[in-house]
Amino acid sequence: MQLIETIEVGSGGAASIEFTSIPQDGVDLVLVFSCRTDNATVHLSTYVTFNSDTSANYDWLFLRGSGTSADSVSVSGDTKGWVGYIPGSSSTANTFGNTAVYISNYTSSAAKSFSSDNANETNAASVRMAIDASKWSGTDAISSIQLFGSSDNFVQYSTASLYKITAD
Amino acid sequence: MPDTPVKVIVDLSKPKGQRESIVPLTAEEIAERDAMAIEAQAEQEAREAEEAAKVAAKESAIAKLTSLGLTEEEALALVG
Repeated sequence: MQLIETIEVGSGGAASIEFTSIPQDGVDLVLVFSCRTDNATVHLSTYVTFNSDTSANYDWLFLRGSGTSADSVSVSGDTKGWVGYIPGSSSTANTFGNTAVYISNYTSSAAKSFSSDNANETNAASVRMAIDASKWSGTDAISSIQLFGSSDNFVQYSTASLYKITAD
Repeated sequence: MPDTPVKVIVDLSKPKGQRESIVPLTAEEIAERDAMAIEAQAEQEAREAEEAAKVAAKESAIAKLTSLGLTEEEALALVG
């Protein structure tokens, strides 16, 4: 697995992080991020879109646990793919949520499946973990990925790293 | 935080060290984002309510079972 690029959000925060012109010489991609939002919540959902596609081409299903209960959520025909929770300003200060998104066969001309595992350990009673199975119906090779929260901004020191897995 | 939200764009076709740019969101992107935030908030509240209802139903079931004479451990074994 080869690191393509890693980004750290600066002091002004950022609404989204977008990797463009993704090299097409890999087999799979892995997007790893450690983020926190300034939204006044404890757990905020994060999403990805591919190739700037915001049509209803994303299906996703996640299984989550909160420490006291577990359930699952399924959405079809969404305009974005769910990938994980991150802590907000109502959670313990300086805690960040970790997520790894695995995108298989990103250059194929078929629909792309992707999955994620997420830990939103807030160092408090309210925690979340989740695993997610998703599909993007797009048939073009993935050349860009945008990562964003459902509202507000990623705070300073949030990071996102994109890796590629090659056949070598 | 700045008044106008920004996005970080990482252009991987450029050499390392020159890839990152900070771009203010357009009015259209801000409107889209606001709409998504409202939708996401509603979805999140619905999910939280559903989760809270499940927890409340479980607690209620345990309370009723224990009032019938079961121990809490026995009630938990039934409720799961």
